[in-house]
Amino acid sequence: MATLSLSGIEKSFGATRVLHGVDLDVAEGEMIVIVGASGCGKSTLLRIVAGLESPSAGRVRIDQRDVTALEPAERDIAMVFQNYALYPHMSVRENMAYGLKIRGFARAEIERRVAEAAALLELAPLLDRRPRQLSGGQRQRVAMGRAIVREPKLFLFDEPLSNLDAKLRVQMRAELRRLQRRLGVTSLFVTHDQVEAMTLGDRLLVMHQGHAAQLATPMDIFERPADTYVASFIGSPAMNFLAGRLTAGGTAVALAAGPVLRFADGPRPGAEGMPLTIGIRPEHLVPAAEGLALALDLVEPLGSESVLHGRLANGEALAVRLPGRPPAVDRLTLALPPATLQVFVAETGRRLDPSPA
Amino acid sequence: MSNAASTTEPGQRPDWLAHGVLALGVLLFVLPIWVVLMGATHDAATIGRGEVPLLPGGQGPANFAALFAGGRVGRMLGNSLLMALAVAFGKIAISILSAYAVVFFRFPGRSLAFWAIFLTLMLPVEVRIFPTFKVVSDLGLVNTHAGLIIPLIASATATLLFRQFFLTIPDEYVEAAKMDGAGPLRFFCDVVLPLSRTNIAALFVILFVYGWNQYLWPLLVATGEEVETLVIGMVKMIGSEANTEWNQVMAACVLALLPPVAVVLLMQRWFVKGLTETEK
Repeated sequence: MATLSLSGIEKSFGATRVLHGVDLDVAEGEMIVIVGASGCGKSTLLRIVAGLESPSAGRVRIDQRDVTALEPAERDIAMVFQNYALYPHMSVRENMAYGLKIRGFARAEIERRVAEAAALLELAPLLDRRPRQLSGGQRQRVAMGRAIVREPKLFLFDEPLSNLDAKLRVQMRAELRRLQRRLGVTSLFVTHDQVEAMTLGDRLLVMHQGHAAQLATPMDIFERPADTYVASFIGSPAMNFLAGRLTAGGTAVALAAGPVLRFADGPRPGAEGMPLTIGIRPEHLVPAAEGLALALDLVEPLGSESVLHGRLANGEALAVRLPGRPPAVDRLTLALPPATLQVFVAETGRRLDPSPA
Repeated sequence: MSNAASTTEPGQRPDWLAHGVLALGVLLFVLPIWVVLMGATHDAATIGRGEVPLLPGGQGPANFAALFAGGRVGRMLGNSLLMALAVAFGKIAISILSAYAVVFFRFPGRSLAFWAIFLTLMLPVEVRIFPTFKVVSDLGLVNTHAGLIIPLIASATATLLFRQFFLTIPDEYVEAAKMDGAGPLRFFCDVVLPLSRTNIAALFVILFVYGWNQYLWPLLVATGEEVETLVIGMVKMIGSEANTEWNQVMAACVLALLPPVAVVLLMQRWFVKGLTETEK
């Protein structure tokens, strides 16, 4: 168990900058999920923590010790790779024991740790098999086991669930979370899957184009996204965005689609007429007698709920999530409950909070 | 039943044609070897008369006994074996290490080194034989085992084969090994070597036969009895047409055939695996 602290991590590959100064402080036993679209720099960040890449600028500290210049082996960390990277010519037992063997642990100690990890991961009957004789989920567990036996200060996960099929992924996700809680090892988990991110992380770091867009708990990020990118990335179906302008002395927004909506949580600072982006989640829209008229063009029934896509009179797209069967209509009138609105400055995409009273 | 069915199917060439072509091919390969085998079992006079016996004679054991009598053929056999083994292992050792360096390390001049190795592909022993002989002779290695073996050990082909194989080893293994704390040598011994087993076996077969069959280089360098190989010895046995003991030459031929055949047979399983296996 340890703390991890990243300060001002930058990375360039030639002329291309992929990380623009990322800061992160991870508490003991915390699980941080780094999430973002492909190419946002999340894997590079993880590899810098691992020591597989060196940062162009910035420091990596584990337990207050600066490890920026240390080799991966000297950092006392373990990593689970996307394709598991199990040595194909070694048995499960040998794979798990290899790191300990190199570090010169006594044979009895190695056996004890491997047996312990195997019991924890239900791998005991598979210890003498080769990786190619295992299923995807079993390989995944061996990769976990290889990390666990090391009893490292830090676990690093590089999209470890993405090679599994959907059902197994959900199962391993829960298993992994329980395991991490139980072992209490500080962990970094990289994924592009927002559901994985929401369910696994104590806190999420949303990355966007080499910047840390937001660092907060999953529910904080869901309820109070820092900008339109985070807002659209977290949550499925994605948040709707409508154009509008600040009006009535900052107390309301005039939507381009027509209605003027009062802010439920107080006036926003800014010039009259400032362009805004109003975000509203599909599940917050409610059918009402009057409001926005939506012409439906696609209905996705999901069983317990339905997602309806359509266009407003001014051409803006909108998605609605309604419980139960999809209504058999091609037009809907929707109300936007003011308390659920997210307000962003259109120009920068940043969240605009009410001015402090 | 299935045979009958396949021969009567319309539009298909009958099986006997395919088998005929195959049999012809086999005959073409087997006949010379058969002549050698049979020749080794007759006395000198039979072959001297210009006969080409196709049936075994009674002189086989006597011919081999006469061949081994002076102890010279035994030494030739030993020299050939030493040369083939040393060339095979030497080539594998040198080329696997150079391929490892070229693939897994970033160092100045890496691509220069690779291209230099690659270029030597275009210079087989025969092309550079005079400069090589000059070097070996200046070093005083003519008529030594070292002079016989060392110039043949460098191998661009094997290096390239290993390089291609190493390129298919996923980066994650290297990274996992780094996390596990394995240095370059540990990684080589614990991961790269075991994964290369089948490739090494396949190369060993090819290189052993290559080393065993060497002719031109030993002909130049191994002029003394102490280092001459079986292949060279055979050439020396064929002195002038008149006093050549053809039955013994044939027997020596049989001896020269056996080790490569044995190696191929013994390593066949590995050999095929090494050439076809792609699973990682």
